Amino acid sequence: MKQRMPLLITILLLGYAFLYGPIISLIVYSFNESRLVTVWGGFSTKWYAELMQNSQLLGAAWLSVRVAALTATIAVVLGTLAALALVRFRRFRGRGSLEVMVTAPLVMPEVIIGLSLLLLFVAMETTIGWPAGRGMTTIVIAHTTFAMAYVTVVVQSRLAHMDMSLEEAALDLGARPLKVFFTITLPIIAPALVAGWLLAFTLSLDDLVVASFVSGPGATTLPMVVYSSIRLGVSPEINALATIIVAIVSVAVLITGLLLWRQEKRKTERLP
Amino acid sequence: MSLKSTLPTARHLIIAVPWFWLALFFLLPFLFVLKISLSEPVLAQPPYFDLIREIEDGFVTIVLNFSNYQLLLEDSLYFKALLGSLKIAGISTLCCLLIGYPMAYAIARSPAHWRLPLLMLIILPFWTSFLIRIYAWIGILKGNGLLNGVLLWLGIIDSPLEILHTPVAVYIGVVYNYLPFVVLPLYATLIRLDTTLLEAAADLGCRPWKQFMLITLPLSLPGVFAGAMLVFIPVMGEFVIPDLLGGPDTLMLGKLMWTEFFSNKDWPLASSLAALLLVALIVPFVLLRHFERRAEEAAT
Repeated sequence: MKQRMPLLITILLLGYAFLYGPIISLIVYSFNESRLVTVWGGFSTKWYAELMQNSQLLGAAWLSVRVAALTATIAVVLGTLAALALVRFRRFRGRGSLEVMVTAPLVMPEVIIGLSLLLLFVAMETTIGWPAGRGMTTIVIAHTTFAMAYVTVVVQSRLAHMDMSLEEAALDLGARPLKVFFTITLPIIAPALVAGWLLAFTLSLDDLVVASFVSGPGATTLPMVVYSSIRLGVSPEINALATIIVAIVSVAVLITGLLLWRQEKRKTERLP
Repeated sequence: MSLKSTLPTARHLIIAVPWFWLALFFLLPFLFVLKISLSEPVLAQPPYFDLIREIEDGFVTIVLNFSNYQLLLEDSLYFKALLGSLKIAGISTLCCLLIGYPMAYAIARSPAHWRLPLLMLIILPFWTSFLIRIYAWIGILKGNGLLNGVLLWLGIIDSPLEILHTPVAVYIGVVYNYLPFVVLPLYATLIRLDTTLLEAAADLGCRPWKQFMLITLPLSLPGVFAGAMLVFIPVMGEFVIPDLLGGPDTLMLGKLMWTEFFSNKDWPLASSLAALLLVALIVPFVLLRHFERRAEEAAT
């Protein structure tokens, strides 16, 4: 084992260099005075200033954040229900179909989800009049549909590894099932709900393809604006935007990571 | 289990709410894809003829139009796009495994308190925007980009390499974005591997390389196949990567579907392409479910 350590460390270093090199290059060039990627024109924060004045981009970002927050909240509720059904109820009619329907969106190409939902929305509008037109509502429904699958996976694994004796004790002592759920089950699976919410939020915030299909004229999300500006050519404003996103995400992930790590360490320390 | 016996109505609700949501917004839409793929395109809003048409007072006729599928069979463009998708998805899945397996193995063999931070570092890029990660590669790979700049400066090449808008750029983009999807399931199988088997083999004089080939690799195969399908299936329908990093000759089903839908406004043809893609994905999807189950069984 010992002799192979240098090889393994080299593999990891190369792998992480591949993963982080492009992101670091974006951050470095977001502070570049020059518009050209190959030329270093000196340190400057002017692209951040320009980004803050781009009202189209800011408007789209605000819409995306609202869509993502709504999506994440609905997806957590639906995903938790699906996870409860799959973990707690061993046998029920429709179990097989539910299993397939919660795993398929994880891998289903986005172009198929986008097109098929658009066709459904158009058909629903002509037959029952809802949803009237396409925009924020249709994007939220579409995003919830694939995001809830991810929430289900996260919550499912937490539920499966949960100690049932606390719930049983509470029921034996006469607590009502609903009360048991809210005072015992929910707090225990809360970390998974938070993780699922954050995952659903980022998935929604990041989606270009599905939103492009199901959105209407009035609703342009952040990825749609970023995509059209990338198609027009490299713009240093996008570098600045990327740096801001990377900064927010790293801080959030680092905090949760540290919390998890400390929890894990405490757990291992407590064991004899 | 305890909720089940005491709360029959809650039990029904817990099952029914997510089931109906998914049936309505995930399953039912496929029927509409099938339906629209059998209709004729028209210049209208929405741009297709309804299959069911009322001729006069209550008389209804159903007109099925198979010309879209006929076109898919006759025009070699669509067959080439299917082959292109299969080729790009296949090769990039292989590359993901070749890079991801050693990484997952190294993380699983690292000291216990390092594993979580190392895994977090694998997932972290996945949480930043997908589009922006692809955009980063445009800056690196283009003619006057970072990579050519460095290689020219080092004197390795004399003239800039043309990588952007070629299949190579698409492979790089796919591997870069889908690497976490193979590392995570592989790590999960490798970490659960029974190390006493390796110790026994070592005691009996088995060399490390042979131990790996005879024990580690065969036991991790369910993880390998599950990871492979997690990359292969979505890449088959990938649009953004071939669109931004690939060239005009990069033919893939997802990109072609997008063009038919957004540029040519041919909803029926786009639907029949979606149906074709769905059929092509049934076998990989069944394989994915099979290997995920086997990986689960191996764990318990």
